Amino acid sequence: MPQPATSRRAILAAGGTIGLLHGTTRAGAQPALEPRVVIVTSFSRDVTTPFVQAFERANPGTKVEIQNRNTAAAVAFIRETRSSPPDLMWASAPDAFEVLKQGNLLAQPRIDTAGIPERIGGQPTNDPDGRYFGFAVSGYGIMYNTRYLRANRLPEPKEWVDLTRPVYQGHVGISAPSRSGTTHLTIETILQGEGWEMGWAQLLEMAGNFAQVSDRSFGVPDAVNSGQYGIGIVIDFFGLSAKASGFPVEFVYPTVTTLVPANIGMVEGARNPEAARAFIQFLLSPAGQQVLLDPKVMRLPVRQETYANAPAGFPNPFTNPSLGARVRFNNDVSEVRYELVNSLFDRVITFRLRELTDAWKAVRAADTALGRRDNAEGRRLLNEARAKLTAVPVTEAQAADPAIAGAFRAARPDRPAAGRQAQFEEEWDRHAVAAYAEAKRLAEQAQRAR
Amino acid sequence: MSATASRPWSARLRIEASASQVAAAAIVAAFLLAFLVVPVGRVFLTAFAAAEGGFTLVHFADFFRTSLFIESFWNSLYVAGMSVVFASLLAVPLAVILARYRFPGSALIAVLGVLPLVMPPFVGAVAMQLIFGRNGTVNLLLMDWFDVRLDLMEGLNGVIFVQSLHYFPFILMNLSASLSNIDVSMEEAGQNLGARGANLLRTIVLPLALPGYLAGASLVFVKVFDDLATPLLLNVTNMLAPQAYLRVTSVGLGDPMGYVISVILVVVSVAAMAGSALLLRGRDYATAQRGGGGLSQRRMTRTGRILAWCFVVPALLLVLAPHAGILLLSLATIWSFSPLPDGFTLAHYATVLRETPQFLTNTLLFCGIAALIDVVLGVVIAWLVHRTRLPGRALLDLVAMSALAVPGLVLGIGILRTYFDVHLPGGDSLATSWIMLTIVLAVRRLPYALRAATAALRQVHRSLEEAAENLGAGSATTLARIVVPLMAGGLAAAFVTSFATAAVELSATLVLVTRDVDAPLSYGIYIYMQSAAGRGPGAALGVIAVVVVAICTWAAHAFAERERRRRSRTVEPRGAA
Repeated sequence: MPQPATSRRAILAAGGTIGLLHGTTRAGAQPALEPRVVIVTSFSRDVTTPFVQAFERANPGTKVEIQNRNTAAAVAFIRETRSSPPDLMWASAPDAFEVLKQGNLLAQPRIDTAGIPERIGGQPTNDPDGRYFGFAVSGYGIMYNTRYLRANRLPEPKEWVDLTRPVYQGHVGISAPSRSGTTHLTIETILQGEGWEMGWAQLLEMAGNFAQVSDRSFGVPDAVNSGQYGIGIVIDFFGLSAKASGFPVEFVYPTVTTLVPANIGMVEGARNPEAARAFIQFLLSPAGQQVLLDPKVMRLPVRQETYANAPAGFPNPFTNPSLGARVRFNNDVSEVRYELVNSLFDRVITFRLRELTDAWKAVRAADTALGRRDNAEGRRLLNEARAKLTAVPVTEAQAADPAIAGAFRAARPDRPAAGRQAQFEEEWDRHAVAAYAEAKRLAEQAQRAR
Repeated sequence: MSATASRPWSARLRIEASASQVAAAAIVAAFLLAFLVVPVGRVFLTAFAAAEGGFTLVHFADFFRTSLFIESFWNSLYVAGMSVVFASLLAVPLAVILARYRFPGSALIAVLGVLPLVMPPFVGAVAMQLIFGRNGTVNLLLMDWFDVRLDLMEGLNGVIFVQSLHYFPFILMNLSASLSNIDVSMEEAGQNLGARGANLLRTIVLPLALPGYLAGASLVFVKVFDDLATPLLLNVTNMLAPQAYLRVTSVGLGDPMGYVISVILVVVSVAAMAGSALLLRGRDYATAQRGGGGLSQRRMTRTGRILAWCFVVPALLLVLAPHAGILLLSLATIWSFSPLPDGFTLAHYATVLRETPQFLTNTLLFCGIAALIDVVLGVVIAWLVHRTRLPGRALLDLVAMSALAVPGLVLGIGILRTYFDVHLPGGDSLATSWIMLTIVLAVRRLPYALRAATAALRQVHRSLEEAAENLGAGSATTLARIVVPLMAGGLAAAFVTSFATAAVELSATLVLVTRDVDAPLSYGIYIYMQSAAGRGPGAALGVIAVVVVAICTWAAHAFAERERRRRSRTVEPRGAA
């Protein structure tokens, strides 16, 4: 039952003129809100409930219905329900919104974003076409279990490069970038911040310490909270909210991080467009932003004035210019190689983690042995092993080449690919297996060299 | 076979199928077609679609050219096979003790033996890690005391460990249903012929129990082969099901390989099922005599009892450890890197009961109806397959069983794709209504009920039905008055398995549920378990789910026991006369 297009456009035009300073939803000239608004979200109950309650208090007469799905299921649901979709999509991963936007599944609800900066920490806050809006920002960082570190006598990590140190062998966890849009951004940030080759080298060395590559983003904070492993590479609110819930964990931002907006967008053909608009506007209002500081939510607001009410020590990207500013994230570069980076990470790290960590163990053992009785031959072999373990079978130019990267996107007739995804993946898998076995052999040789 | 094949179809139909049989088959086929074949087929088409449209097999060729997939394939086979072995080691002794001896702990085994199946998603995962994980209770204590760590949850062996603990009840339930259906006269005949002890067990009891064992074992094999939750929880990705899942669910990936793997999973599972059926082919396991009420239960010797307790107690402790973990988690304030929680509270239960009482009633309603549908369909299909000569009956069986191998997510998407535009009178979509959720749960759990029903039916001798038919009963009457009552124990097992596993189904539920008020427990647990603060309430809901299923299981067990006792009391004198 699609709304007649004309009336919607008229409503949107009217909505655009209402300023935020007059309050978000009670302006007299506004058309009445529908009695319900349906939201699909990947956020947990703890996060959504405070917002829903605050919104319903401000708009009695409108009931909010929350549908919880993980991001992938939410995208699939919206795609399959075109004829009468939910009203709003509310989730972290900007890439999911980009997918929806490309599929013409997001409306342009004309939201007033006055008072919200266009960029926070180098990243655009809202979609330039006005199809989705950042209501909070999050940065990736390192979360650690303090009890675990003390029991294992581990130092506290501060930077990504710390995680490559041999002491952390088997103590670090991450979620796969193909499974978690936010991990993807972290990986891409490291790749852009350090350069393609240096970035992969750092990632592969870090991966030598991975205990696990989890398939769901919440798996990592969960494991750190319960102490299955000590250190997790997670998005800030996982760390901050776990700490606020009483778990013995801490969270730090490394210097190379990117602040990423968490978003909300109105679905094309929404049946309750007025209430949907009002909800978005509420999220962006000072009252809505205040809810972000709730201990169970703990996300960074997009309005500067909200930080005045934040607890001591709360990260503030407006006063701490280094937060997220070191890397100027290039969306176009990221966009072209998005699927390729995910697939490559899975081939060389996720699916071959055991081979990779075994090889790194051998390298580190050899390093220790050479520390005791140094010799040139051993050093040479060890360097060769390291080189094997820190190289990926794809160059930066190849990753940007639409003929190759294109093989990883949904097939489009106008964009012929140089080969099928399966062929490239097989090639990379073989490369990884061979390189890691060779590196292990070299390292064992180096250990025996004298 | 060749003689039948040479006759024209019309003649075969006329001679070998009655109208009621055809009608029953048509209804079952329509149900499977509408809610399984068509929706899943629409999704699976992707596996055969070329980039520019049209049909292709190139994706299948890619599968067999990719070493990771081949490796995953062998890993999956290995894990499934080993899980059957270890699950049998646990289940067979328990089933024998249960069926053969007067053992004071019997009811305990029967009820607690089902609970491992009821592992609420995510909570179960967290609890297993807290107990058996790298830094779980067991390992923290071992490290403190002996400075050793057991890698119980690492790699393929971890998967085998968890799967055996999780799925052994399939064997336990089917085997003990089978054992308790063996007529005592068979055993006595064996004894009269001089068989004793192990010899009796080997020549009489075990062969007669084979259908039940194979029903359970093949379920375990297929379930482990297709399962993703456990490998994903242990972060083992080089197995087939996780590979398919990772492909299908990645955001924005229109890549056909995930569907290719799904098709292969379905094919292998169906092959395993067909293989187990083949093993039983041409053998007759039915006994004509009814009324013995199962094996003669014998008193245990003192040593026997001690040995039995020595096996039962550690086994139950092992398989119930995750449930203990869930219970502790639901009562814990903070539990992090320590053998036990820091403190205890009832606050999580208060939260759950305040916020979400509807989850429980929804679960009882949806899963109860779904399990009933399953039992009815299971009996009808089993009866059509084993008691009629309807053409295509084996196909019905295979299609129903293939539901086991269809990933819930694929079925969910297929249902949305097929039924979203069908609207109920109220204006809501049929695909997202609770009715459809119930049907989907029924489709997903039908294989369990069907296996149990088949095993039960195999033990009812045809002559009993023929007697009824000679006395003038139609096939429907025979089914209702003779066959179903004789299968009561097996059907109770069927109901319990379907119900218990439906109560914790998540993957299809997650796609289809649209409103909190229509959501079952598993969905509630999922929502809670997505945040650090929700761990406690999620676990509390998990405990509630486990308790509810335990009560239902106990009720079904009591029902089956009563039936058995009633039969053995009332039928025996008549049999003697």
